[in-house]
Amino acid sequence: MSTNVQRFPAQFPVPSDARFPARPSDSRGKIGPVSVGHGTHSDFAAIPKVGLSDICLSYRTQSGERLLALDHINLEVKAGEFLCIVGPSGCGKSTLLHLIAGLHQQTSGQVLVDGKPIDGPGTDRILIFQDHGLFPWLTVGENVEFGMKMKGLPKAERQEKTRYYLRLVHLAKFEKSYIHQLSGGMRQRVAIARALATEPDVLLMDEPFAALDAQTRDLLHDELERIWSETGRTIIFVTHNVREAVRLGDRVVLLTFRPGRVKDEFRVELPRPRHLEDMHVARAAREILDELRDEINRSLEAEYNEGVKPHVEPGVSA
Amino acid sequence: MKRAARYIIFYSALFGLWTLLAELKIWPPYLFPTPWGVAESLYGGFQDHSYWIAIRVSMQRVLIGYAISVVLGMILGLGVASNKFLEDTMGGLLVSLQSLPSICWWPLALLWFGLSQNAILFVVVMGSLLSVTLAMEDGRKQMPKIFGQAGRNLGAKGFKLFWYVLLPASLPFIVSGLKQGWAFAWRSLITAEMLYLSLGLGQVLMMGRDLNDMNAVIAVMLLIIALGYIVDGVVFKGMERRLQNRWGLASAT
Repeated sequence: MSTNVQRFPAQFPVPSDARFPARPSDSRGKIGPVSVGHGTHSDFAAIPKVGLSDICLSYRTQSGERLLALDHINLEVKAGEFLCIVGPSGCGKSTLLHLIAGLHQQTSGQVLVDGKPIDGPGTDRILIFQDHGLFPWLTVGENVEFGMKMKGLPKAERQEKTRYYLRLVHLAKFEKSYIHQLSGGMRQRVAIARALATEPDVLLMDEPFAALDAQTRDLLHDELERIWSETGRTIIFVTHNVREAVRLGDRVVLLTFRPGRVKDEFRVELPRPRHLEDMHVARAAREILDELRDEINRSLEAEYNEGVKPHVEPGVSA
Repeated sequence: MKRAARYIIFYSALFGLWTLLAELKIWPPYLFPTPWGVAESLYGGFQDHSYWIAIRVSMQRVLIGYAISVVLGMILGLGVASNKFLEDTMGGLLVSLQSLPSICWWPLALLWFGLSQNAILFVVVMGSLLSVTLAMEDGRKQMPKIFGQAGRNLGAKGFKLFWYVLLPASLPFIVSGLKQGWAFAWRSLITAEMLYLSLGLGQVLMMGRDLNDMNAVIAVMLLIIALGYIVDGVVFKGMERRLQNRWGLASAT
């Protein structure tokens, strides 16, 4: 089984057995938790860029019950990898990103970056929110500049980089505009530029394209793939859209519904650039979706039955 | 233009009514001044600089007092909004204190600060501090959480987070509170000045009373209204308009 994550293999001849739908049993499989420091693939650095070890998160609901949101999540993300996390709504996938970003604190377990536990938020990991989180009181350029300003970079350097990253997302002409003057797709591109401008190693994307229309989303998929290949960032991308995950990811991780556990992992070795409408993408997505179906049904059931039935962690008194 | 016409009609009618009542001479002019008497008084007051001095002194006092209120109020409001214990304890106290007219602090202010400018400033601060605090607390809570998260995510923390993110993010929600705080500061100042005779518009007004000069009293009342209105209309309206333009909020009118 080829474990090599091929970046843009479309430019090279693609071995037919690397195609995901042709040999599903070959290219798909569970990847168990690997302790930090043990590289499994010789072609990657031994220490993963991001490592999650035994992450658990529980919190008390208003009725006083303890809700287990994340249950022993173990994951490793290699430098330069594009990882997609899918799961039904309520599986805690967004929460997981917030934990990696350091905006929330897990109940137990560790988030490791380059093998070291994180200590709160850091500009090596930038989160892109679903509703972009841009600052409406600043212009587009000032938004992109913000992270660099916090870092204390000199003004000339900030401005140069701002222009560079705005060009990268094709928004150079809008440097002086305010956020409300832009369309939804443009706002998400500003958010991407703002995140990239702090030059993070890891981009965390929380359903960034969920609120966009189909055409805009297709366009942004292409742009994101291009930016990823140009900048070599590690991307962890959360979505509930399986096809989007297959379209973008080197690897797709499937989470279960409440509590969120890693149910399965899929390696996507389709040639890039991919398209949402590709037959192969659709077939691969179908396969993942089949496994996801149970979880979606559980989540829907929970929604229909008087909201969500909380999962009570055994051994914890309510 | 229609609006301007309405303004002109309304104010000329008001002015006409005043003139008519004064001309009918139902009451003697020392009880019910004529518009001409008031205009003369205004002219005279500006001519001999006494009104200019009073305006300068009053504005200076209110600006200092208000600035102290804004800084303190923001710190207090932010503290109350971000600390559960403070919110439960101080929150209620602040709301109940707001029902206390600030001039009630005057006797204590006199004891603590003596018959001085500081006593006046204290009353002004007590008048507007609570409005600003409550507005800031409310604004901090209404402000979408995502701004704070995005700010921390991009490396802002401590004072930088407050100055570059939390403060601008909450401005649209606190601007009405800031405006209210200003109005309270202005009223408290005039009240305190009427009790403490040392320059200022309040004192000029009381001097009019002592001299039984109702023309001067009304002239100073008009000045107080005009100054309050100008600050509200120029400073706060301008701020609101700028915020609306930047945030792309629908204009309030």
